[in-house]
Amino acid sequence: MYLDDTFRVKVGLAEMLKGGVIMDVTNAEQALIAEKAGATAVMALERVPADIRKEGGVARMAPISKIREIMHTVSIPVMAKARIGHFMEARILEALGVDYVDESEVLTPADEEHHIDKRAFKVPFVCGARNLGEALRRIAEGAAMIRTKGEAGSGNIVEAVRHMRTIQKEMKQLTVLGKEELVAESKKLQAPLELVEHVAQTGKLPVPNFSAGGIATPADAALVMQLGAEAVFVGSGIFKSDDPEARARAIVKAATYFNDPQKLLEASEELGIGMHGIDISKLQESELLQTRGW
Amino acid sequence: MKKVGVLALQGDFEAHSRALARAGAEPVLARATSDLDRLDGLVIPGGESTTMLKLMNAEGMVQPLVVFGQKRPIFGTCAGAILLASEVTHPAQQSLGLMDLTVERNAYGRQIDSRVAHVTPEPDFAQRTQPGDLEAVFIRAPIIRRVGANAKVLVAYQGDPVLVEQGRHLVATFHPELSSDSRVHELFVSKL
Repeated sequence: MYLDDTFRVKVGLAEMLKGGVIMDVTNAEQALIAEKAGATAVMALERVPADIRKEGGVARMAPISKIREIMHTVSIPVMAKARIGHFMEARILEALGVDYVDESEVLTPADEEHHIDKRAFKVPFVCGARNLGEALRRIAEGAAMIRTKGEAGSGNIVEAVRHMRTIQKEMKQLTVLGKEELVAESKKLQAPLELVEHVAQTGKLPVPNFSAGGIATPADAALVMQLGAEAVFVGSGIFKSDDPEARARAIVKAATYFNDPQKLLEASEELGIGMHGIDISKLQESELLQTRGW
Repeated sequence: MKKVGVLALQGDFEAHSRALARAGAEPVLARATSDLDRLDGLVIPGGESTTMLKLMNAEGMVQPLVVFGQKRPIFGTCAGAILLASEVTHPAQQSLGLMDLTVERNAYGRQIDSRVAHVTPEPDFAQRTQPGDLEAVFIRAPIIRRVGANAKVLVAYQGDPVLVEQGRHLVATFHPELSSDSRVHELFVSKL
């Protein structure tokens, strides 16, 4: 199911983004800063997650004029967010020609029961996940890239770490199970057996596995890469800091040299104060973005 | 066994490592100038050429890569082809200039224009590897708009060169590392 040519081309772009940093931007000026700093792609959105959290209201797909302006300004891939289940926002983004659509919990969900049928699109999708079952359900719907949800706009890495560790642990566990146990596991994970078997055989997701949600420093980026992320998304962490350009450059360096403490030291040294951040335990259940989607 | 570096600053370096292993070479990830020592050849993978350039400049790797390419074969795919060219357009950007080529970035359009094509290689390619069509995975691919007098086109698609050899170097605008057919990597390994 997941190996036809259309799907391979979708996954192909995610392969090209490995080892890199995808940065949230709200306008062309920020997109240019991101590209100059070495971002592999930019994510266009109306407001960065930290502002969505602060200002509240309904968070929707970014204004088309802004996305178009960003697409004209940079030569790297441009992604944009659509609300969970809002397949018409996704259709509009596809018609616009964005390179990836993020069906994102950061925006206000449009459907509380159904995610987008992503197989019906030519544009590839990335989706967030907190655990293996969620990741495999999104892949079954057609997602060509998975990212941890983390807790967007918090500047706190703890949730991204939890989600990456959970996914990795659940994948490792599958590799030691027998055939009949995988059938039971598929039921428990609420994910198709075919995908569960793929993970059991390879120890990996059938699509690239990135990390997002709370990455604010080069050390954060290196940490999630060490835990198995193949690339990172940075949202509020860059443009909510005192030093967006230097921080963007430093996080790009950290994603490449995540295994080299000396290089990470150099990357960290160039920086000022990061975004303030939030203690997740101080958030109400209703304020969490990661519980959106299922 | 030949040792082939895969430039691992960013991009699909793991897919290349797997393809090189299938083609009978030993892949080694290269992230710093010192990693280039004792390699028989180098692959510059697909990815974002702008990101790779930033990191190469920051790490002072541009000149060492040019020097490496004056002695040893380099195989560039997609972003790697852009980096090996002598001239890059749309937009213009710095490159290593190891091959006399003009490459236009993102020339097919955006991701929705990415595709899997089936191409018939030139007889020379078939003679040096195996006969038969080749799968070509194009991802936001560049187009080679001009090839120098010393370049040999091994595969063309829609009239444009997509696999080009010039002396010891080889470039593809598609991604043989994403296909199960290892002939392109075998050809490169045979040049080491």
